[in-house]
Amino acid sequence: MPENNDQEIRIGVFICHCGSNIAGYLEMEELEEFAKTLPNVTFVQRNLYTCSETGINEIKKGIKEQNLNRVVVASCTPRTHEPLFRSSCAEAGMNPYLFEMANIRDQCSWVHMHEKEAGTAKAKDLIRMGVAKAALLEPKEPIMSEVCPRGLVIGGGVAGMTATLALANRGYEVVLVEREEKLGGMLNSLNKLGPGMNSAEAFAQEKIKALTDHPKVTIFTNAKVTEVDGFIGKYKVDIQTEAGIKKIDIGVIIVAIGAKPLVPNGLYGYDGQRVITQHELEGHLKEGLDREIKNVVIIQCVGSRSEERPYCSRICCQTAVKNATLIRDEIPDAKISILYRDMQMYGVENEEMFRDSKAKGVRYINYDPATPPEVSPEGVKVHHALLGRDMDLPADLVVLSTPLVANGQAHETSQLLRVPVDENGFFLEAHVKLRPLDFATDGVFICGSAHFPANIRETIAQGLGAASRASIPLSKGSVVVEAVISVLSNEDACRGCGLCVALCPYGALEIHQTEKGRKVHVIDVACKGCGVCAATCYQHALTINSFTDQQITAELDAYLGG
Amino acid sequence: MLDVGRHPNIDLLTYSEVEKVEGKAGAFKATVRKKARYVEEDKCTGCGACSETCPTIVPDAYEEGLGTRKAIYPLFAQGIPSTRTIDPDYCRQLNGKKCGICAKTCQADAINFDQKDQILDLDVASIIVAAGYDVFDPSRIPEYRFQEIPNVVTAIQFERLLSASGPTGGHVDRPSDLAVEAEIEALEKKAKKSAKTLARYEEKHGENSKTFYGKFQGGKYDDEDHRKWAEKYEAHLAIEKPLEDMKKKAEAFRPAKKLAFIQCVGSRDFRFYPFCSGYCCMHSIKEAIIANEHEPETTSTIFGMDIRAVGKGFEEYKIRGGNKSGITYVRGRVAEITKGPNNNPVVIYEDTRERKVKAEEFEMVILATACAPSKGIVGIAQILGIDLDEYQFVKTSPLSPVDTTIPGIFVCGCAESPMDVPESVAQASSAAERAAEIAFQEDVEKEKAVA
Repeated sequence: MPENNDQEIRIGVFICHCGSNIAGYLEMEELEEFAKTLPNVTFVQRNLYTCSETGINEIKKGIKEQNLNRVVVASCTPRTHEPLFRSSCAEAGMNPYLFEMANIRDQCSWVHMHEKEAGTAKAKDLIRMGVAKAALLEPKEPIMSEVCPRGLVIGGGVAGMTATLALANRGYEVVLVEREEKLGGMLNSLNKLGPGMNSAEAFAQEKIKALTDHPKVTIFTNAKVTEVDGFIGKYKVDIQTEAGIKKIDIGVIIVAIGAKPLVPNGLYGYDGQRVITQHELEGHLKEGLDREIKNVVIIQCVGSRSEERPYCSRICCQTAVKNATLIRDEIPDAKISILYRDMQMYGVENEEMFRDSKAKGVRYINYDPATPPEVSPEGVKVHHALLGRDMDLPADLVVLSTPLVANGQAHETSQLLRVPVDENGFFLEAHVKLRPLDFATDGVFICGSAHFPANIRETIAQGLGAASRASIPLSKGSVVVEAVISVLSNEDACRGCGLCVALCPYGALEIHQTEKGRKVHVIDVACKGCGVCAATCYQHALTINSFTDQQITAELDAYLGG
Repeated sequence: MLDVGRHPNIDLLTYSEVEKVEGKAGAFKATVRKKARYVEEDKCTGCGACSETCPTIVPDAYEEGLGTRKAIYPLFAQGIPSTRTIDPDYCRQLNGKKCGICAKTCQADAINFDQKDQILDLDVASIIVAAGYDVFDPSRIPEYRFQEIPNVVTAIQFERLLSASGPTGGHVDRPSDLAVEAEIEALEKKAKKSAKTLARYEEKHGENSKTFYGKFQGGKYDDEDHRKWAEKYEAHLAIEKPLEDMKKKAEAFRPAKKLAFIQCVGSRDFRFYPFCSGYCCMHSIKEAIIANEHEPETTSTIFGMDIRAVGKGFEEYKIRGGNKSGITYVRGRVAEITKGPNNNPVVIYEDTRERKVKAEEFEMVILATACAPSKGIVGIAQILGIDLDEYQFVKTSPLSPVDTTIPGIFVCGCAESPMDVPESVAQASSAAERAAEIAFQEDVEKEKAVA
């Protein structure tokens, strides 16, 4: 293998024109001549597009014919192109971790389009730094770890039941853990599911039966996860069940612990009798409404979109519209007013339900949060923001639409799994747009209202989606991870203080008791090489193996020395 | 995109259309037409040299008509795959004219004017429809005078104006100003050409055109050559004068700083789409915030019936836009847009909170257009045999959110109904999961059959 460290270091530098993206703004010939003068550089070539097939073949040819044992490509960004260049080096027999990139496009030619001279000088610095670092790179092997083909789903509501069934239907064993005595979650207290007006109970029963009958599903009710150890593919989970603690090996985990409706103590005279929550109304509707009710006032945004709780809980408007319509269906002469700020009836089905309710005679009254409605024994007084006058509405029933708030278990679950929650206690996904069902920690996924309030359609979609995401490592059977990770390069220096463990966003560090005392241990598979630990460690015990102090110093020296 | 392009298990067929589907869940046979690009995919390196030399300039649909491209082009920069495509409607060579410049330029020898459409037969277990949506055409609303008033644009056009890689490099230049600048450019080209012609006469006769023309008007010359010279000079003056005027005018051009966003353009409107398009409120807020980031003096007024900020962190984002990015939210539906001075659109609306009809002048108006069902979806639905709803979104049921009416065929994204990015991404995973279930069950059946 050409990467033997004792061998002479032979660096090949490939400078990409990127069509005119780079060549249009920098002096390419000057860069080429400059690169030839750098230490350890034995081969320099310019390419119209280094990432094209021709360019890639030139790299491979260089490695073979020029005996290159380091390759530096000066081009675009490693974000998009490092995997391609690395694998090309590997195909030519060079260890892919001996490859380095200098970003002379995104960070140079694109931002210095009108400064050819200064831009070219900067590109030289970037290439010089890349070359200096390349000389110190070490070969590495990718890390591989097996994945236990079993999923754990925490929470047996709509999201959890859907995710469990989906994974089981793909042939994987699934363990479903529910804290309550029966599955169903919030479905158990709901009446009808909008907008199809399906019975919540029937839907829950159907799902529960499918789960109970499924040979791949193990259900624990009245149970709770008490301990989670390990990392993607190799979790050891303790489940406290009625029959004692069960220890189970798990490959992936889906969090589906739901949310709960806010109980509006102290707001609008809430008493649970005449003034109830929207969620309590569901129960009343399920059991059959008091026929004597003639005047209903529903107040939106009770405890949400406020200073204390700034978020909009997404589903309360549609729930209010659904229930208002159901009341009108049941008691056609009942007067129903919905006092709202904005009617959040997004999408096709919701807006349709909204129109339908108006056709059925539900009244909508816009209020300004600066002049909120007042509930008294006689009724509700509201300043109609669009008519500009006060109105007195008689009310035998006042319904408060309160938001879904994070479950009591959210915090505990977050600590158990080392995954974050946001300022409202909802679980924080890896990326708001690109990875809405993943956590930053590999192997753990999120769905349903534990992430943010969601209606039934959205919750089912997310349950399926989370199962899909979770099935990827299960179907591969193993995970191969990037070898650029944190290493305990100086074990003696480590004092086991645990600062790095507390800061690691991926749960990739643990403190072990060793012969030499408390020492940090890096879980290779879980580490993402972000460098937070290495930057934090005041003992310089940890380092990122492709961004060692030595390598970064060499880059800086090259920069300052030039 | 890059992930899709690089994934070993993904066979990516772009510029292709499904023509026929037979069979059932677990065993579909799909016939796909891979349209001729006139560029060999395995040879093209995506270098773009062909687009640089191509002489044919075409309005760029990706830039929403605000920019241009060539007849050989990528759909957009960094698109996947990077293979260029020749537009057969505009290419001179393909329309029987003499050209072929791209073929001469291409070092990879990738241009093939004789390429034909290919028909591919695929065996698949399941099918996912992710055909997206179309943007509602606001010229259907006469009172908003889209296209009649140049500084009324759609939200997606405004997106291009805000984009650093867009036609204005991220400056909110007004379309009326851009039109004048384009005219200046065209006239300058003409002026340059006629100046060249004049230079030839000047050299020939050893006299400058102005002096000559004075003498010519004095009746000094009467021959054919001098008459032609005089004609050319007159033509040149006819270009120069308006050109100078325009240039003077263009000096005063500034990016738009007073913006209006109009919500529910085509949606929540019984004449067009009664449904709510879901994402437009947040899209307008985002555009207003970005415009303010580009130019901190920018203020925006968002006119809407309800501002539907319903996702995670959305309400907070909306409030931040109001506090920090110069956004004012006005509750009301805009009745009409008229043309004011200096190409400024004037918005006429009722402020429903103040119960007053008002008119306000803006430098630019952005229409938050509805999410319209994709035009091609009817054809796709027919080929697949799936049902559409009354608006032509793919029909599903709330309890099976990604299942179409045919087993084994699934849907995700705005083809199902309007939704934002996080929802589309989550739903894509759901559809993938349902599709994989079918494939898995098929495998189990096969194993059973073998056993």
